[in-house]
Amino acid sequence: MAGKVLMKGNEAVAEAAIMAGCRCFFGYPITPQNEIPEYMSRRMPEVGGVFLQAESEVAGSNMVYGAACAGARVMTTSSSPGISLMQEAISYMAGAELPCVVVNIVRGGPGLGGIQGAQSDYFQATKGGGHGDYHLLVFGPSTVQELVDLTMEAFDLADMYRNPVMILGDAILGQMMEPVEMRKRPPRADLPPKTWAATGAAGRPKNIITSLYLDPAKLEKHNLRLAEKHRRMAAEQVRYATHMTEDADVVLVAYGTTARIARAALDRARERGLRVGLFRPISLWPFPYEALAAATAGASHVLVVEMSLGQMVEDVRLALGDTKPVHFYGRTGGMSPSPREILDEIVKIVERGA
Amino acid sequence: MQKVFGRPEALADVPTHYCPGCTHGIIHRLIAEVIDELGVRERTVGISPVGCAVLAYDYFNCDFVEASHGRAPAVATGIKRASPNSVVFTYQGDGDLASIGAGEIVHAASRGERITVIFVNNAIYGMTGGQMAPTTLPGQKTTTSPRGRDPEVAGHPIRVCELLSSLSGAAYIARVSVTSPANVAKARRAVKKAFETQLEGRGFSLVEFLSTCPTNWGMTPVEALKWVDDKMAVYYPLGEYTRVPEVG
Repeated sequence: MAGKVLMKGNEAVAEAAIMAGCRCFFGYPITPQNEIPEYMSRRMPEVGGVFLQAESEVAGSNMVYGAACAGARVMTTSSSPGISLMQEAISYMAGAELPCVVVNIVRGGPGLGGIQGAQSDYFQATKGGGHGDYHLLVFGPSTVQELVDLTMEAFDLADMYRNPVMILGDAILGQMMEPVEMRKRPPRADLPPKTWAATGAAGRPKNIITSLYLDPAKLEKHNLRLAEKHRRMAAEQVRYATHMTEDADVVLVAYGTTARIARAALDRARERGLRVGLFRPISLWPFPYEALAAATAGASHVLVVEMSLGQMVEDVRLALGDTKPVHFYGRTGGMSPSPREILDEIVKIVERGA
Repeated sequence: MQKVFGRPEALADVPTHYCPGCTHGIIHRLIAEVIDELGVRERTVGISPVGCAVLAYDYFNCDFVEASHGRAPAVATGIKRASPNSVVFTYQGDGDLASIGAGEIVHAASRGERITVIFVNNAIYGMTGGQMAPTTLPGQKTTTSPRGRDPEVAGHPIRVCELLSSLSGAAYIARVSVTSPANVAKARRAVKKAFETQLEGRGFSLVEFLSTCPTNWGMTPVEALKWVDDKMAVYYPLGEYTRVPEVG
């Protein structure tokens, strides 16, 4: 597959994984991401890969753990309630330093919630999710193209850092069709060989893969080593985009699908002569704290827009402290903010003044 | 001088943490002997459970992966599917396999995963200090059934071999004990058959060991072995529950 094709986000993410060399997929059906396992069930046998529908997200994510132990490029996908069930395996994989890619096509919660797009899993994705001291690399794409590109790169990053990587999408992105260029992406040449994998101790000492350290001094040492890795990840993987922030009086901060809606609001505001900019975090962990502070240095107000009741806004406040007012507008439960609503918020902020 | 008895290559030369009179050590040795005999040590990947055998990866001399509680069959599935040439076995206790991991074991068996499961049933949670297990016998006292397990309240013990042998993917299922030299010899044959079932690609295989926990049962090692014969083997009859169909 080459050149631009029209693809649904969910199918594009599946094909992107295959193009990046993913040959093992384990998953469990859950709306709104069912096109991914359906696509994988058709495609994996064609490329000599493994597709297996697990009996649950708990089992599926532990199959991912197993395949990662064997050194495979492996992925699972789910949506919010299913991702909650996967937190056990995600924590174990982070602890045992196993590479894998997890895609969350987020839907509204809490509980069974609904099946429409939401961003209310931001805390779970970026602040831990499972138990213990660990971090995932978390990326929040806002177009199908970006979803494809980040998914492909995620496999390299997972291998590079020996760490799970999460793609945080949402139901809108998963269900939306857009033209997308599918560029085959072979694994990076500089990735370290997986000498740690459990493939049989042929002609070498045995490999053990575990996250168990009963001696607290050893566990602390292990965690400190992980923390050093997390610091490296944080230093090397900050990503963001800005639009018209240079002269902006009000800077919108939004990621994923919401950033596109915010962009539409920005255009309408600019038509009215309001100096509005947009800062879009792409890496949600690591969050672009310093870049956000720099991009909003000249602004009087910051307005954070999310499809949640305010999760990323906490990172924005952490980045900006009390240097300027940080406002919030969110819709929840599968409702998305309209450009009109965002524009109204901008107008309110400007009219209230500093 | 001719050496007539030694440590199997697949068993690491380290002391274990198991209590005196516990039969984990015998079971480890039987598995290691079979791995050696079949010549598959360098293709073998073991999966240790959460429970007394959590440190099994230190005791075997082959690649090993530590799974979360009950998920060993799912982890084994991931390894085997990603690496079909590997010989994959899980080593699980009764709480791990029959309680928290009941879903994973049933589905691994029903899929006919080409893995071998060593299921060690000692009717109690050993590592956590003697709580009731899914296989605790009716009337048996544990720290969470202090008046004895009452099936009216705590439900009935699960017979894993009988349950799994109803599934088409289960190619070899057997229950054994190691309470006598004769039983040890039978157990060894069952373990070998289970691994052969996997090597021949015939499907899922499981060997259940009726095992002892003198520490948490409050018995001497000899009393514990007698209790396995007199009580456990009555509720959990020894034998083969599925026979591998003859090939051809």
